Amino acid sequence: MNLRKLINPKLIAVITVIFTVFASTSVFAQAAADVTVKPVDMDAIYKSISYYVLLFVLLCMFVAIIGKALKIYELTQAVQDKPKAINWNVVHGVLFMIFMVVGLYGVYWEYTVHGNMTLPEAASIHGAKIDNMFNITLILTTIVFILTHIVLFGFAYKYKNDGSRAKAYFYPHNNAIERIWTIVPAVVLTVLVLMGFLTWRSIFFKNEDPNNKPIAIEVISSQFQWDIRYAGADKLIGLRNYKLITGTNTTGIDFKDKNSWDDQRADEIVLPVNKAVRFTLTSKDVIHSFYMPHFRVQMNTVPGMISNFEFTPTITTAEMKTKTNNPAFSYVLLCAKICGSSHYNMKKTVRVVSEEEYQEWLLKQQPYLNNDLRAEFKLPLVAEVAVSDPIKKDSTLTANQPALKK
Amino acid sequence: MSTITLHDNQHNSHDDHGHHQESFLSKYVFSQDHKMIAKQFLITGVVMAVIGMVLSILFRIQLAWPDKTFPILETFLGKWAEGGRLQPDFYLALVTIHGTIMVFFVLTAGLSGTFSNLLIPLQIGARDMASPFLNMLSYWFFLCSCVIMMASFFIQTGPASSGWTIYPPLSALPKAMPGSGLGMTLWLISMVMFVASSLMGGINYVSTVLNMRTKGMDLWKMPLTIWAFFLTAILGVLSFPVLVAGVVLLIFDRSFGTSFYLSDIVLGTTILPNEGGSPILWQHLFWFLGHPEVYIVIMPALGISSEVISINSRKPIFGYHAMVYSLIGITTLSFIVWGHHMFVTGMNPFLGGVFMITTLIIAVPSAVKTFNYLATLWKGNIRFTPAMLFAIGLVSFFISGGLTGLFLGNASLDINLHDTYFVVAHFHLVMGSAAIFGMLSGVYHWFPKMFGRMMNAKLGYLHFWLTFISAYLVFFPLHFLGLDGVPRRYYAFTEFEFMQKWLTVNVFVTWAAILGALAQVAFLFNFFYSIFKGKKATENPWDANTLEWTTPVEHIHGNWAGEIPTVYRWPYDYSKPGAKEDFIPQTVPFSQTMESNLAHDFEGNSEAEEIQKNWNKQNNRVED
Repeated sequence: MNLRKLINPKLIAVITVIFTVFASTSVFAQAAADVTVKPVDMDAIYKSISYYVLLFVLLCMFVAIIGKALKIYELTQAVQDKPKAINWNVVHGVLFMIFMVVGLYGVYWEYTVHGNMTLPEAASIHGAKIDNMFNITLILTTIVFILTHIVLFGFAYKYKNDGSRAKAYFYPHNNAIERIWTIVPAVVLTVLVLMGFLTWRSIFFKNEDPNNKPIAIEVISSQFQWDIRYAGADKLIGLRNYKLITGTNTTGIDFKDKNSWDDQRADEIVLPVNKAVRFTLTSKDVIHSFYMPHFRVQMNTVPGMISNFEFTPTITTAEMKTKTNNPAFSYVLLCAKICGSSHYNMKKTVRVVSEEEYQEWLLKQQPYLNNDLRAEFKLPLVAEVAVSDPIKKDSTLTANQPALKK
Repeated sequence: MSTITLHDNQHNSHDDHGHHQESFLSKYVFSQDHKMIAKQFLITGVVMAVIGMVLSILFRIQLAWPDKTFPILETFLGKWAEGGRLQPDFYLALVTIHGTIMVFFVLTAGLSGTFSNLLIPLQIGARDMASPFLNMLSYWFFLCSCVIMMASFFIQTGPASSGWTIYPPLSALPKAMPGSGLGMTLWLISMVMFVASSLMGGINYVSTVLNMRTKGMDLWKMPLTIWAFFLTAILGVLSFPVLVAGVVLLIFDRSFGTSFYLSDIVLGTTILPNEGGSPILWQHLFWFLGHPEVYIVIMPALGISSEVISINSRKPIFGYHAMVYSLIGITTLSFIVWGHHMFVTGMNPFLGGVFMITTLIIAVPSAVKTFNYLATLWKGNIRFTPAMLFAIGLVSFFISGGLTGLFLGNASLDINLHDTYFVVAHFHLVMGSAAIFGMLSGVYHWFPKMFGRMMNAKLGYLHFWLTFISAYLVFFPLHFLGLDGVPRRYYAFTEFEFMQKWLTVNVFVTWAAILGALAQVAFLFNFFYSIFKGKKATENPWDANTLEWTTPVEHIHGNWAGEIPTVYRWPYDYSKPGAKEDFIPQTVPFSQTMESNLAHDFEGNSEAEEIQKNWNKQNNRVED
């Protein structure tokens, strides 16, 4: 690498590139200025960009000079018949050692600093189990992570070719050792699998207690919002059919099903503490993901398909505020599956409150069924409140409905 | 190397066919020579990698400074960065195309394509691939696929932007997002061509390895690189067709009104007529390829690092058979783990339990491989060539990324980690970093074979250390964002109160990523400069045993001037006690190394054992 040869064409190239960028950008800027009338002074910005480019070129030249100096040093040593000027194997061995020490400290720093910025304790029964599993896995993997890295970088340092040994130790295999390090991970993994499997089953396979049914809430996702439907007094969510979706009936609730007459619309998710709740999830357009990290709850919402998630919140929002020492704390529902341009902003507030507060809040929520919809579904109009008016003649109609997807 | 004995020249005809006049077109462009095709794959792969990296820097800038404007972006990107800020749709396009380029074009074609093409004929002792024409076609399909994918940046609605997994209905409905218009059509066409390319390559690799090994090269004498490429090719041949099936069905849904993936969909208040399909079907088809795909990405890297670590530790790879069996185990198991990408899709939870079991089992062969690498380093005589540095880096990333896989493979833990930054961190360590390091290791190691010149070692050192450090700085902190429940593919962290504390971390990560990107300049300069101006290489610059180092530095068509050398031993006889040198090439017969032969070298051949015993007696040699 001849320094002179190397730098001149490179510099010229860089200058040309910078020049073209400038020329074209100023042309564009001018064109833009013509259209928008309001000319923007971009000089400062271009200056700062060329500043960084030049800085980088300077850095490259600095590196080239150091490389050159090293080469000259090595050549002079060789000319004087001295032993190899720099043993790079030793350099790298030492660097690996330094990397290990600094890296281990870095890992410790990450665990303690960034580790403390992660989610607070799980606010649900199954979430506590998940956290427990997580901690066990974290401890096991951290031990393996640190030990294997100490061995890896330690060996790199210890067995570097520094000229002290003529040959390495010929050691092609040892079946006993290999068997051990096949079986030990297998056993550890079996334990993890078993625990994970049992936890998984306890989350998704629950025994229904007919006397104590979970609160039923339906959440329907669409670009980019969540529609929430509480089951109302009958604790049953009525049927819905996407074909019924209109401007007034935005989620396609089938009001021929009497169960949906008392279903309530809500602008936020409010849950009573320590009460099982079962979410029925589906989507209107694309796949979204119903993700409430504080409860360790996630389930995709898929169009044409119903998915469910049942869990029991254990900590109220107020309690969490004191626990996290954050008066602004709030549970959130976010979308975790890429769904379009506003994917990053598809939120809903979630509140966990006491049973009384919940009942109080629930009373205030309006039913989906309003007079517009009554007209649409040819149901008798009512004078405002009377949601619970029995309309018996419709019962035959509902019975004849084909079973819709639920 | 003087050990190759050129026997009688009954194969003289081979010499001739290597020396006929070649035009520029047939030599450099429409070449059917596997060495040239390997270079074409590599250079295309490097170019695509640079593009992929630039895209990642663009969206990292958005993540770090969501409120700042960068007028220079508008200069280059126009309406996609109106006012100097990336648009949300374009942000999604960037992550999508970044993922697609890196996974398919760089780490599948760039890695497998380059090194399978270069090394399979050279290391098994074949004059070329089984079908050189198919091989050429494979490259051209790949190049077309790259060009089509890049072309989508130049259309009105922009490139595909529903994530590299292109889940329908988002990808199927042009009205769902701009990127699902023409951009997605181009993505699908590009992917069909890519799969065609992979299949042609894969079939070629498999048939070459099975049929064209030189005399004496039985399967258990193949280098681990060849085992890895062979098994990778099998994986690709069996799983890529499923992706094509999925893609074709998606094309039908998009263009011909079928309903394979669509049902019950309402966009705004427009009720679509599609009924009876299931978006989950796509996920099954996609991940049936998609999961083997991540092993298609990592296995060649593991093969390369096995070879590089053994050569540069001057030691046989520890547990050669265990290494092969664990590769076979990974290959087999990788077909039955795809469901772990779908734990929370609403798939029957029973399946979740099953897939969790198969997924965590696959960690066992991976662990065996890691321990064997460590055991290979033990009591070695390690030379830190740039290739070796990258191979060690690979082991480190493979451990880190593999361990975080234990969290995600566990269905219960996946509930809260799915689609968060934890996943991003995990696969960038194990694919993004480990596999790329394997690829770079291979480039540094086989550069002399490819271009007949050496790369500058010191620039290689600089490149390694900057990349190694910055990769950890980028990806380690991202785990913690995931543990805080920050979902991936978020355009900005400004809308949620709890995410704002991560903004400073994002700034840090972006600076680390910029450092890592600038470090690649050292590589790119080194790479292109050395092709033309590097120090001339010798025939066997690393003192390695495998066959490729017995070919002349100047490439000839047909690889070996005379007869193809015969293989007598496994490729890992490094530092054998008794031998004069610390390496014995595969072409050296045992009769020439009586002083270093071991009993198990003869694999139960009693006649040979007898001869050795007599020789030992005569020369007072005691075997240890």
